Amino acid sequence: MIGLLRRFGRTGLTFFERLGRGSIFVLHVLAGVPALFLRPGLIVAQIWSVGVRSLIITVVSGVFVGMVLGLQGYNTLVDFGAEESLGVVVALSLVRELGPVVSALLFAGRAGSALTAEIGLMKATEQLDGMEMMAVDPLRRVVAPRFVAGVISMPLLAAMFSAVGVLGGYFVGVGLLGVDEGAFWSQMQSAVDVNDDILNGVIKSVAFGIVVTWIAVFEGYDSVPTSEGVSAATTRTVVHSSLAVLGLDFVLTALMFN
Amino acid sequence: MNTKSVEIGVGVFVALGLAALLMLAMKVSNLAELTAPDGYQLTARFENIGGLKVRAPVTMAGVRVGRVTEIDFDDNTYQAVVGFSVNPRYARIPLDTSASIFTAGLLGEQYIGLEAGGDEEFLTEGGEILLTQSAIVLEQVIGQFLYSKAAEGGS
Repeated sequence: MIGLLRRFGRTGLTFFERLGRGSIFVLHVLAGVPALFLRPGLIVAQIWSVGVRSLIITVVSGVFVGMVLGLQGYNTLVDFGAEESLGVVVALSLVRELGPVVSALLFAGRAGSALTAEIGLMKATEQLDGMEMMAVDPLRRVVAPRFVAGVISMPLLAAMFSAVGVLGGYFVGVGLLGVDEGAFWSQMQSAVDVNDDILNGVIKSVAFGIVVTWIAVFEGYDSVPTSEGVSAATTRTVVHSSLAVLGLDFVLTALMFN
Repeated sequence: MNTKSVEIGVGVFVALGLAALLMLAMKVSNLAELTAPDGYQLTARFENIGGLKVRAPVTMAGVRVGRVTEIDFDDNTYQAVVGFSVNPRYARIPLDTSASIFTAGLLGEQYIGLEAGGDEEFLTEGGEILLTQSAIVLEQVIGQFLYSKAAEGGS
């Protein structure tokens, strides 16, 4: 009984301790960001590893999600005689929700776990300590470029996901199922608002980028420096950032679309 | 990976991302409409606007000529005051045009339909449409139907 209480207490305290450490960590990283603009080569290299390498999975998933939306949307709308609104359904679902959220989940799984493993391994092989010995701040040299790269890549990936998703929905709806092409685009254009829908989607994806990248780099930096520790940290990154994205999505949606 | 191909790859990635954002803004959303020239404002008063919303279309002969921009309530005359902007291309709307609220399609989005009158003078910025017809409220129609049936049965 007492043992159980003790475990609960320790879990709770550990949670707050990590949250605090993570917040102080991200403040240090943000403080190191302005200095990065003197060395953009670091950011470019990280955008390659974090953004460009996630391109294939994002685009392919986007195409398939768009195609499925087209199919399912058509099946439901045709019962109401409203299949001309297929463009509206596909575009609004993608731009408002699926684009930012699904691409953030894919990003967390692919790029987030890679970031955590990379930084965790640097910690385990004492490269971060070695840098500190040479008076090079590892937060500025290693972590900050990865953080900035993640925040930059995320909205771009989400936009690409939504765009190819709309094209996938167009291919299925107009190409395969016979929805009228003019109605598809014109209804979509009158229903999707630049400020309410697209801009909000971009804001969401920036927020998700910040959260996912923050969790990924922090878990790597804070990992236990053994192989098991790195593996546990990588798993935690994917799980925690996925949950954080979904929770944050609800909060942002409630704020934006109310 | 040598630096040159990394930089080219990142450049292509960022360009694709911005192109996707641009495509979304241009093709998927109503950006083209937002950049359309500002129209001239007209108002109309209705007894009941039903489900009319801001940004509902204003049509004439079925062609969209403008959008509802604001909906207000006048608590002196207890009428709804609807402000809408008309595309300046359509500057020849007669003074005695009538405005009615219709329902479009299955999902019931309501819009304002204008019917041209015969006056030789045209509405300008700030003008008001005097002949209006309110939205049809389903419960009132049913109520009228029931009363008329009851009246028939009684006499």
